[in-house]
Amino acid sequence: MTTPNGGAPTRRQLYEAKLKRRALLIAGGSSLAVFAAIVLLVPMAPGWAKVKKSFFNWDVFTKTFPKLLDAFLIDIAIFAWCAPLIAIVGLLVALARDVRSPALFPLRIIGAAYTDIFRGVPVILTVYLIGFGIPGLGLPRPYNSPYIWGSLALILTYSAYVAEIFRSGIDSVHKSQRAASESLGLSDRDTMWFVILPQAIRHVIPAQMNMFIALQKDVALLSFIGPVEIFRQAGVQKSLLANFTPYVGAALIFLAITVPATRYADYLMNKQNKARS
Amino acid sequence: MAMLSLQNVVKRFGDNTVCDGIDLDVEEGQMVCLIGASGAGKSTLLRCINLLEPIEDGAIYLGGEDISIPGLDPQPVRKRIGIVFQSYNLFPHMTALENAMLAPRRVYGQSREVLRPQIEELFDKFGLADRMHHYPDQLSGGQQQRVAIVRALAMKPDVMLFDEITAALDPQLVGEVLAVLHLLKASGMTMVLATHEMDFAREAADKVCFLKDGHIIEEGPPEVVFEAPTKAETREFLARVL
Amino acid sequence: MKRLAFATLGFALSATTAMAAGHCAGGKTLTEGKLTIATGNPAYYPWVLDDDPASGNGFEAAVAYALAGEMGFDAADVVWVRSSFDEAIQPGVKNFDINMQQFSITPERDEIVDFSTPYYYAPMAVLLSGNAQADATLDGLKDLVWGAVGSHTSTPMLTGTIQPNTDPLLYGDNADVTAAMQAGQIDAALFDLPTALYLSAVVVEGSSILGQFSADRATNPDQFGVLMEEGNAIKACVDEALAVLGDSGSLAAIEAEWLQETTGVPVIE
Repeated sequence: MTTPNGGAPTRRQLYEAKLKRRALLIAGGSSLAVFAAIVLLVPMAPGWAKVKKSFFNWDVFTKTFPKLLDAFLIDIAIFAWCAPLIAIVGLLVALARDVRSPALFPLRIIGAAYTDIFRGVPVILTVYLIGFGIPGLGLPRPYNSPYIWGSLALILTYSAYVAEIFRSGIDSVHKSQRAASESLGLSDRDTMWFVILPQAIRHVIPAQMNMFIALQKDVALLSFIGPVEIFRQAGVQKSLLANFTPYVGAALIFLAITVPATRYADYLMNKQNKARS
Repeated sequence: MAMLSLQNVVKRFGDNTVCDGIDLDVEEGQMVCLIGASGAGKSTLLRCINLLEPIEDGAIYLGGEDISIPGLDPQPVRKRIGIVFQSYNLFPHMTALENAMLAPRRVYGQSREVLRPQIEELFDKFGLADRMHHYPDQLSGGQQQRVAIVRALAMKPDVMLFDEITAALDPQLVGEVLAVLHLLKASGMTMVLATHEMDFAREAADKVCFLKDGHIIEEGPPEVVFEAPTKAETREFLARVL
Repeated sequence: MKRLAFATLGFALSATTAMAAGHCAGGKTLTEGKLTIATGNPAYYPWVLDDDPASGNGFEAAVAYALAGEMGFDAADVVWVRSSFDEAIQPGVKNFDINMQQFSITPERDEIVDFSTPYYYAPMAVLLSGNAQADATLDGLKDLVWGAVGSHTSTPMLTGTIQPNTDPLLYGDNADVTAAMQAGQIDAALFDLPTALYLSAVVVEGSSILGQFSADRATNPDQFGVLMEEGNAIKACVDEALAVLGDSGSLAAIEAEWLQETTGVPVIE
């Protein structure tokens, strides 16, 4: 605790310190009470022994967890090649929807239809339709790989969302910036590229981070068309051992990634809100 | 021949006529101050000259060339006419130096190496030498506005337009910005200002125009407009602001 | 909740009528006097024909009615419900007395649920895409791109016995495996023999049965058992009835009627 004059704390400071201690005590006490209630009461439920054996089975957990971690590498790989492509395609679609030249009007229509369609269809359907449908046209190996077409399904879906976020970012840049840029003689394209976009992207980084957290989870949908990533591996282990603990293990692995990422996105969002107000 | 010549310029927003037949000549090296109440049409007139707003009727000549032909590409014109806004409008994601270098780099294709000494000189001249690498949000209002002036000057325009550039500043910061305008006048720049700084206009302007409801009511040298105005509206306005 | 209430009610009533019916299952079923049997959703050929178990057509449907009869239930007292594998193994109250959908008996599963004695020994068979070729030897299988249903016992067989050079692709159900084969994404898939025969003949155009695994492979043949809730009292009755059906030759007759084509498939060395 610092005091402006470096001497004894003022009356006000003493009072606030007292308030703070009390608040901490109450918060700590109530958290402890809730936590204790969960820990003590849940095991008293009549089915707890069975639930524990089926969902929180330590033997099964230790046996399957390394396999789940292994399978999670596939999730990470799929995420790693999808994320940059989504950012690029999303940006291009956002720009296509903002073109002003009448000659490029079809681009605007296509951009609008694209975002409407891919935001309107559940991801899993897109994964099925593209993942099985396009290779079914008769593509030779390796071009019919479920990794390629499943990834494409994710890229198409997420680009549609990401494009809309980019667009909202572009709209959020004050129009005086455009005027300032144009008054200097910069072309429309340079204005967009050097003045509007860098600001727009900055504004939407927290929102885009949330999209990519959602993507990290939706990568698991590719398991429906073959890749043995973590969700499928957990399912295989579940069937083999007739036990749901592998799902709990998979959930823990996802949480280990998504919780810090979500916290970080929230932190960025708060920082930005503070900077604006 | 006047550097900038406006003939019967009409600008409407819907039914609202903001500039209603404005004639104005600005000679090379002249400083013209537009005065008048808010909403008189001063800012809109400046935006029309810079082609940020198309005009409904009349014509604008720059160096004898009609720049108000409908459909004319505005870009070559804009690089010859700089404008500085009330709210600075610096690009917040670039340092002061990058703000000033962007347009000449992109429009004239000049390299950073060629540009940098020229622009550093401008920063130096306007007392910003130690602020070049700061971002806009690290600068005071007065500093930001001076950077905005440097940014416009970096394009080496023939004419500079100033749209109430001190109106958003704290009073103690106004002086440093007006000092820059004095420097510019001394260097022979042709300038048109929309301003509420009556003392500055009286002291520095070559010509003062009083606007009301989209018309130029009275124009002339400052000593005439301020000391012996001929129109009742001018006297009324000056009585309120002085 | 409703079902639970009915079950409790049924149980309370049965306390007075237990044993009065004079047969083994009395008082042990969800609803007194009814046998509730679960099958898959959908149920597949040739186990259940046309996804209609109540018709009694198909191997498992026919076994179910024979079993019910042997346990003292009329065909009219058999109630069909649908369930997934996950529902079958989750802890808690079940909505079926017995569950038949080609569940393979494994020791791990037996810890969580109860299995009857086997009602069918299913050899594992290889369904080969029309676009792929392979010798019917273990080595010949390694170069194929494999697919299987992730929740089936074919998956450990694939990774344990065949050990293909390319990581196998695993799917949620039979339909997805065949979709992947038709899309050219996999060369071959492992199924129980009757399922493989059906898929080859009806579903996947141009595909064939490369062969079946011989009975001496560690995890083969699969033994299909009737699945029941762990500790269910009805297990003894089911086992008893199955033993009678086996001894009398009824099971073999049902098998001959619905799964007759399984003979004559070459064995993979």
